Amino acid sequence: MSLLARLIGGVPARSLWCLGVLLVLLLVAPTLLGKYGLSVLILVLYFAFVGQAWNIMMGFAGQLSLGHALYAGVGGYIAAGLFFHYGIGPWAGVFVAVAAAVAAGSIVGYLGFRFSLAGVYFALLTIAFSEFTRIAFDHWGWAGGSGGLFLKVDATSDILNLRGGPLLFYYVILALAAGTFVLCRALLESRLGRYWLAIREDPEAAQAVGVPVLRCKMIAIMISAALTALAGVWNAFYYNNLFPETAFAMGRSIEFTLAPIIGGLGTLFGPIVGAVVLTGLGEIFTDLSEVFHISGLKQIFYGLALLVIVMYRPAGVWPWIADRFGFGEKRR
Amino acid sequence: MSGARLELDGIGKSFRGLRAVHDVSFDVPAGAINALIGPNGAGKTTIFNMIAGVYRPDAGSVRLDGRQVSGLRPDLVCDAGVGRTFQIVKPFKGLSVLENVTVGALHRRPALPDARAYAADILMQLGLHDRRHQAAESLTLPDRKRLEVARALATEPKLLLLDEVMAGLRPTEIDVMVTFLQELNSRTGLTILLIEHVMRAVMALASNIVVVSYGEKIAEGTPAEIARHQAVLDVYLGEAEPA
Repeated sequence: MSLLARLIGGVPARSLWCLGVLLVLLLVAPTLLGKYGLSVLILVLYFAFVGQAWNIMMGFAGQLSLGHALYAGVGGYIAAGLFFHYGIGPWAGVFVAVAAAVAAGSIVGYLGFRFSLAGVYFALLTIAFSEFTRIAFDHWGWAGGSGGLFLKVDATSDILNLRGGPLLFYYVILALAAGTFVLCRALLESRLGRYWLAIREDPEAAQAVGVPVLRCKMIAIMISAALTALAGVWNAFYYNNLFPETAFAMGRSIEFTLAPIIGGLGTLFGPIVGAVVLTGLGEIFTDLSEVFHISGLKQIFYGLALLVIVMYRPAGVWPWIADRFGFGEKRR
Repeated sequence: MSGARLELDGIGKSFRGLRAVHDVSFDVPAGAINALIGPNGAGKTTIFNMIAGVYRPDAGSVRLDGRQVSGLRPDLVCDAGVGRTFQIVKPFKGLSVLENVTVGALHRRPALPDARAYAADILMQLGLHDRRHQAAESLTLPDRKRLEVARALATEPKLLLLDEVMAGLRPTEIDVMVTFLQELNSRTGLTILLIEHVMRAVMALASNIVVVSYGEKIAEGTPAEIARHQAVLDVYLGEAEPA
């Protein structure tokens, strides 16, 4: 069976049509949207992308990481540092960045999984590593220390060095998000993906039917770290600045987890739907707080909205939508 | 699929000084159905866990067709040809019945469609095919027990370890399971070792019975011999008071 047939096998024609239309809309979106609209859509795609990366670990393999900022931070800093110091463009630097993040993920994963740290204990380990790294970067001169690392803002389009305006970054993040969507589907429809689900449900039973649990978890964290590093590189070149205080912040790690949790853990579309909902709400509440001139209104309403969603749709927004409109993707 | 010979040679296991199993030896010939019985807490499940690689024996060895498997990880023991069920059932709750068994089938059939077809075939044999799209967590206990057996069989074992799969089943359901296992054994030659309290099933299935008590083997023999064995009667019924 060809790869394509495997990817779309068992997917209702209606869902395929919807996906196709969505992709076309996203491709032409920059011509339809203004500057503001495009910046919002960029945020949506960014959170959808990192959400998908995190979802591979938590949603598929059932391993709770609350330190994913580590991989984004390491990836972003390395690619930005290579460009800043040696003029090595991100298309080459990204390989070093991803390799470093995968190495970091392997260390965290091996320590956690080899010694059978599960659940919150593993989560604590991921937080600890992210924090160590933040402190290390605070004192690392090459990376600018706590003063941060700045890339020259340059709106002239130079695709070879990932320099340019929002349009360039839009298409890069769209390609990353769409590619990861396809990758996630392919993974789920593979032996490895099914092994992850089995480990998530019951590691002991999984091992008894021949699942090499440690190896599968290691692959999960390595893929997840690699993708998250890509997001970090993109983020560094989009915003042109990096500070340890924000790049490795606990808050950033939490941010990565929100879209899949709100959208639907372990589903393909959950992180994407979650990113739309979260970014949409964020923008609405920002506008509202400006209208009413009450600062902090955004945070309060944002928090309340999350609370309500988690209370009434604990499995996520996407499984509910899929059920109501017959798209038929359940949490697996 | 054909059966493998299992040999336990003086295996023992202690947990923090508590001797759970001590110097237990017995063989299960290839293609045989044998039973392991004994009172609660006798160490039966600990013996299973040593065969399946969950625990490494402190002493002795476990061999499958002459190859040492004790000390291997559970997934490698599965690879060597041992399938096992859990006394306290462990379904992959969020997955469908078919997906549960497919995970087992993937072990020797890496392509998902092949594994799924093979899993469906096994579910047919165990009478779970109608429920294949149900979530495993929605199954009743007897069906969960059947799912355990189906998932273990999907790994195409040469030795099947069944840990109290009859418990909680009604007499008619027990007969169905017994017939299924007999038929499976005679068709494929699969070696089966079962831990069981349901004597109706033990007597019908086992050609040989091993009895353990307080972690030690106290008797071994055919069902008829075991039913008459004084030490076994003492363990199960209490020793006769001296007059």
